[in-house]
Amino acid sequence: MEVTSHRFRAAAAESLANTQLQRALARIPERFVAARARAAAEFGEFEQLRAAGAAIRERTLARLDVLLERFEAEAVRRGARVHWAVDAAEANRIVLDIARGHGVRRIVKSKSMVTEECALNDALETAGLEVLETDLGEYILQLARERPSHIIAPVIHKNREEVTELFSARHRRPRSTDIAALCQEAREILRPQFFAADMGITGANFLVAETGSVALFTNEGNGRLVTTLPRVHVAVAGIEKVVETLGELAALARLLPRSATGQAISNYFTLLTGVRGATESDGPEAFHIVLLDNGRSRLLGSELHPILRCIRCGACLNHCPVYQTVGGHAYGWVYPGPMGAVWTPALVGLERARELPEAATFCGQCQVACPVMIPLPDLLRRLRTRATAERLRPARERLALNLWGCAARHPRLYALLTALAARMLYRLGHRRGWVRRLPLAAGWTATRDFPAGEGRTAREVLRRERSG
Amino acid sequence: MRVGLFITCLADLLRPSLARAARTLLALTGAEVVVPRRQTCCGQPALNAGAPTAARTLALKLVREFADCDAVVLPSGSCAGTLRIHFPGLFTERPEAERRDIEALAARTHELAEFLERRLPEVPGRYAGRVTYHDSCSGLRELGVKQAPRALLARVPGLTLVEMANAEDCCGFGGTFALKYGAISAAICDRKCAAIRASGAGTVTGGDLGCLMHMAGRLQRTGDTTTRVLHWAELVAGTDGVQTWK
Repeated sequence: MEVTSHRFRAAAAESLANTQLQRALARIPERFVAARARAAAEFGEFEQLRAAGAAIRERTLARLDVLLERFEAEAVRRGARVHWAVDAAEANRIVLDIARGHGVRRIVKSKSMVTEECALNDALETAGLEVLETDLGEYILQLARERPSHIIAPVIHKNREEVTELFSARHRRPRSTDIAALCQEAREILRPQFFAADMGITGANFLVAETGSVALFTNEGNGRLVTTLPRVHVAVAGIEKVVETLGELAALARLLPRSATGQAISNYFTLLTGVRGATESDGPEAFHIVLLDNGRSRLLGSELHPILRCIRCGACLNHCPVYQTVGGHAYGWVYPGPMGAVWTPALVGLERARELPEAATFCGQCQVACPVMIPLPDLLRRLRTRATAERLRPARERLALNLWGCAARHPRLYALLTALAARMLYRLGHRRGWVRRLPLAAGWTATRDFPAGEGRTAREVLRRERSG
Repeated sequence: MRVGLFITCLADLLRPSLARAARTLLALTGAEVVVPRRQTCCGQPALNAGAPTAARTLALKLVREFADCDAVVLPSGSCAGTLRIHFPGLFTERPEAERRDIEALAARTHELAEFLERRLPEVPGRYAGRVTYHDSCSGLRELGVKQAPRALLARVPGLTLVEMANAEDCCGFGGTFALKYGAISAAICDRKCAAIRASGAGTVTGGDLGCLMHMAGRLQRTGDTTTRVLHWAELVAGTDGVQTWK
């Protein structure tokens, strides 16, 4: 997947000017933030649950190697095959080899961010395979040739009218404008495809080490069709997604849907274990699990380690004032919002995504909403520190910080400079009380007035009052 | 008790009336109030701009300047959060002596409303009007400042406190974020401004000057010249002679 995070600023400006997108984003607080708050309140001890979730994820990460090997052994024992991919290219090659090995021509997919990370669809289509996204949102995006803008609500940036246009252009059916009718239309188009497909591809919300199972939380039911109707099922998962026991999975199952959509449980919860047995009527003949590293193992024990706890619920996106304002595409890669501002530099390199950790207000909403208590603002701060250490900042920014630091360390110099600044601001703006344009702070005055102050610093004023 | 007032750099440059209000209120508690002359900035901009070394230097400078104070009080949630929450984290790998000093500083640091809530015997201010309080993020989520400023405001004769919708949502300031991403920052602020207006209060207040100047500056730029913006401490101390941001 191409990384365009370096043009965050320009992309954000486009988002701000896009009134349709702004209307779509305005739905987030009620649809997601309020829904999560209600679900957490109904649950009661949600803070204790978050603490338990964080502890489970940390415990897992501390023994990740052991648990992954156990997962592999248990999955293999039940008839699955496990493949290890160092990076996205290797994962794509593995999936392609699996498809060729089984004589596959048609593939159906359920929603998976990790396959977006790998740009798996492009790789498969280039090799001449037919790939169809069956999650409604992902299907719409596939028709529109767009990328997801949210990790659980991929098409949140589009409205009903756009979907109507898209469907009527591509399906050649009478135009539907009503959401239920649009869903029905997609269902009718997609349903035969599940039966025609040779292979289904999914991600994995969790991997369970003690049983070698893949757990999926879905809302549309397509995940079940993708994993049971085609003769081959391939699940692609990041290596950090493992938990040890079904008990731990149960705890996380309470956290994930509540944090993501405010549901007590998603409409479908699927636990896939092994291939179809001799006496069973459902399930694939072949079950392949691709475990993807792609930079994750490098994060273990690093300053960004806590991001590996992430269970991809999207709560930090929903609660982020910046995400709510610019949407997901501006972030320029697969993962947007606060978690994306950590994942993107962590996986593709800070030099290609330096702006993302800067574009945060440190309001702390993400950390409060995170079901596994990842200290996201701290991680972003660490990335900012690394950007300084690796000299990735523009020269003028370094200069400004050094000048400010020098003044702040020297009280007399600081007193002189602030006294001058207070007088200058007052001269510029005392008539109205506001300054409309400040050449040295144009980033501020382009959108806001700057206070003119009182013409004296507070320290001057207090000292004068004391002596007078 | 000897209380050191840390004015904070924004109040120093832009709002002496806030420093005066804070000193007045602290003096009413019966404490001896000192304002160390060499104070500059708490280092929060350095911390958030990825310059921990500069932030550490300023932290140690503060330790020296407030060494003889039993309490260090700041009229800003984010600056108080810097001293109390972030300084100790900056020194985890520094010599024991420095760490001890920094932790002692953190332990006696207070945000102004927290400090005053149980100590202020009388409220000198009076204010005729409806006021809505914006919860600034750092004070709220790092320090848990929520009820203290509201309780103090409730004691001001004539003042009616009304809650705006989503008072805990970020206003979009975010320190250097407001300069670097001015357009996004202003767009976030527009939601806050709408909530302020919808509350029906003619005055908005809060505990962090950065957020207040951001909201006031945006209101001003978008043609709202009636909504008044003041720090809560100014309302509690009395607004005579205080130039309201509006």
